[in-house]
Amino acid sequence: MSEHVLEIKNLTIDYPISIGTVRAVEDVSISLRRGEVLGLVGESGCGKSTLGLSILKLVRPPGRISGGQILYHGRDVAAMPDKEILKLRGQNIAMVFQNPLTSLNPLFRLDRQFLETIRQHDPGVKKEDAISRAEKVLESLGIEKKRLFEYPHQLSGGMRQRIMIGLGLIMDPDVVIADEPTTSLDVIVEAGFIDLLNRLRDQFSLSIILITHNLGLVAEIADRVAVMYAGRIVEVGKADRIYHHPLHPYTQGLIGCVPNIKLDQEELVTMGGNPPDLVNPPHGCRFHPRCPRAMDICRRQAPPLKTHAGGQRAACWLYENKEASA
Amino acid sequence: MSVLFNVESLTKEFPVHTSLVDMLFAGRHRPVVHAVDDISFEVRKGEVLGLAGESGSGKSTTGRLLLRLIDPTGGRISYHGEDMVRISRRRLEALRARLQIVFQDPNSSLSPRMSVGQAIGHPLKIHGLAAAAGRKERILDLMEKVGLTPAEFLYRKYPHQLSGGQCQRVVLARALVTNPEFIVADEPIAMADVSVRALILELMKQLKAEFDLTYLFITHDLATAKYLCDRIAIMYLGRIVEVGSRDELFSRPHHPYTRALLEAVPVPDPDKRRTAEVVRGEIPSAIEPPAGCHFHPRCKFAMPRCREGRPPLKEVAPDHFSACLLD
Repeated sequence: MSEHVLEIKNLTIDYPISIGTVRAVEDVSISLRRGEVLGLVGESGCGKSTLGLSILKLVRPPGRISGGQILYHGRDVAAMPDKEILKLRGQNIAMVFQNPLTSLNPLFRLDRQFLETIRQHDPGVKKEDAISRAEKVLESLGIEKKRLFEYPHQLSGGMRQRIMIGLGLIMDPDVVIADEPTTSLDVIVEAGFIDLLNRLRDQFSLSIILITHNLGLVAEIADRVAVMYAGRIVEVGKADRIYHHPLHPYTQGLIGCVPNIKLDQEELVTMGGNPPDLVNPPHGCRFHPRCPRAMDICRRQAPPLKTHAGGQRAACWLYENKEASA
Repeated sequence: MSVLFNVESLTKEFPVHTSLVDMLFAGRHRPVVHAVDDISFEVRKGEVLGLAGESGSGKSTTGRLLLRLIDPTGGRISYHGEDMVRISRRRLEALRARLQIVFQDPNSSLSPRMSVGQAIGHPLKIHGLAAAAGRKERILDLMEKVGLTPAEFLYRKYPHQLSGGQCQRVVLARALVTNPEFIVADEPIAMADVSVRALILELMKQLKAEFDLTYLFITHDLATAKYLCDRIAIMYLGRIVEVGSRDELFSRPHHPYTRALLEAVPVPDPDKRRTAEVVRGEIPSAIEPPAGCHFHPRCKFAMPRCREGRPPLKEVAPDHFSACLLD
């Protein structure tokens, strides 16, 4: 078995709309190792959520995967028949969304929602067995067993989000994709959720993709970080390299513009302009209209992702002819 | 530094709407949400006072009370020595030109049927401030100052034609057009993208200097509060548990809640990962808050005494107050 649980190769996702085609994800290649937390960061509209959805083949029509492969343990998800996809979702790869209230059914008690999930994948299971499995998961999440017999509205926001991850984990997947899982949570509850993810990762040797715009959150937990801009990965590498030696000017801007409570910042880095229109993206490097260091070549030709010191990869012409300084 | 607002024992309770049957059984004891529970503070001229806390701590309600957008249940608010609670309607409306508010979501703060120019000029019309002739120049000038350029071009645009960051700039320009001295900024950057947040923060700093403003900056993000504010008040379940200057509060936090909150803030630096577990539990209901110190059920230093009475705000260092029995 390869060390990579998930490998995405040259993935391109298109959304045809009336005025053209939105290329939400373009030629993205990235892999996820066993037991690793990968932070996928970028601003809204950069394609990070679409990328997350595509791993479970959840991209809604008219959106479609128009190129590339998504390999889960070597098998291509994009080419899988629907029946196998249904097994993949939940049993192998779980997804946790932003708002637990819209993901839980308000009309049913949690035990029924757990039961339904388990039966979907394991139709012959006895009710008692399913319930005791659900209770075990709840305990590992730090929720009292009796809460299983309550309705979603009876739980606090943080508890609901833990239930969501519990529903995701009940079939023992090895990959979790968490799309902005803490956006609706308060800071203390958010920190608790991060502790929980860390614990679950060790306990179940989970591989996690954390999709977020919150750079602080990613710094707390991710082993590696991928930065997306306008549908492309502009930089990827180990978390400490990305935060301490960002190469791409977009990454530098993104990190510099976040208030840091441990520092006394005089001024934040500001990036003018807006992310581009993806129907008619700029030629060459898509960041060049906002880039403080744009050169001639940036307007003409898109830079490839090249490997630099420490295994960090960046797509920027600045480092074309010289080795990126550490 | 002169005092702009002086707030004493401010309280706001919201009735909980229950069914008729519940009301019959409840008798005289109607449940209420204690949104703001007997708080006192001052806003000094020229400062940025931060109001920080988790959702449900009463920070937005406090901001609205200051501007009398809602009526307090009890307590006093004085603005330049003038009683804001018993003020006449007409006087209040006149004062409102000097007191403005910016909300979290620029899209729901702007009418989709008003162009940028109309939206920014609307307060002038309401307050009868500028003659129609000079109005447009003034609006265009302000648009330049908040970075809505090219102003002539954007003047006729509608909110749906603008980006989120541009909409928030329109809201800021609209708040500034009447030349206010005080602005309540209620989570003005919470909905914005990371790069837009930095731009709005920098803009707010610049506008403050240029227009000689005082801000009440409401936020749940302490890192942002540290960046922008001169003084910060930490709220928990309707009460101020700690208030002090930025340097004091961040280098010597006193209240266990403040410390828990600071501990939980994610730091964009993988070398500074949090090692300690965070405080357990979540903010309790404001309908029946815990007795005594509201924080005691989650506090690791809680003593039997903490359940008894409300700990008063005590001065622990010059201009630094904390409401904890440990101090």
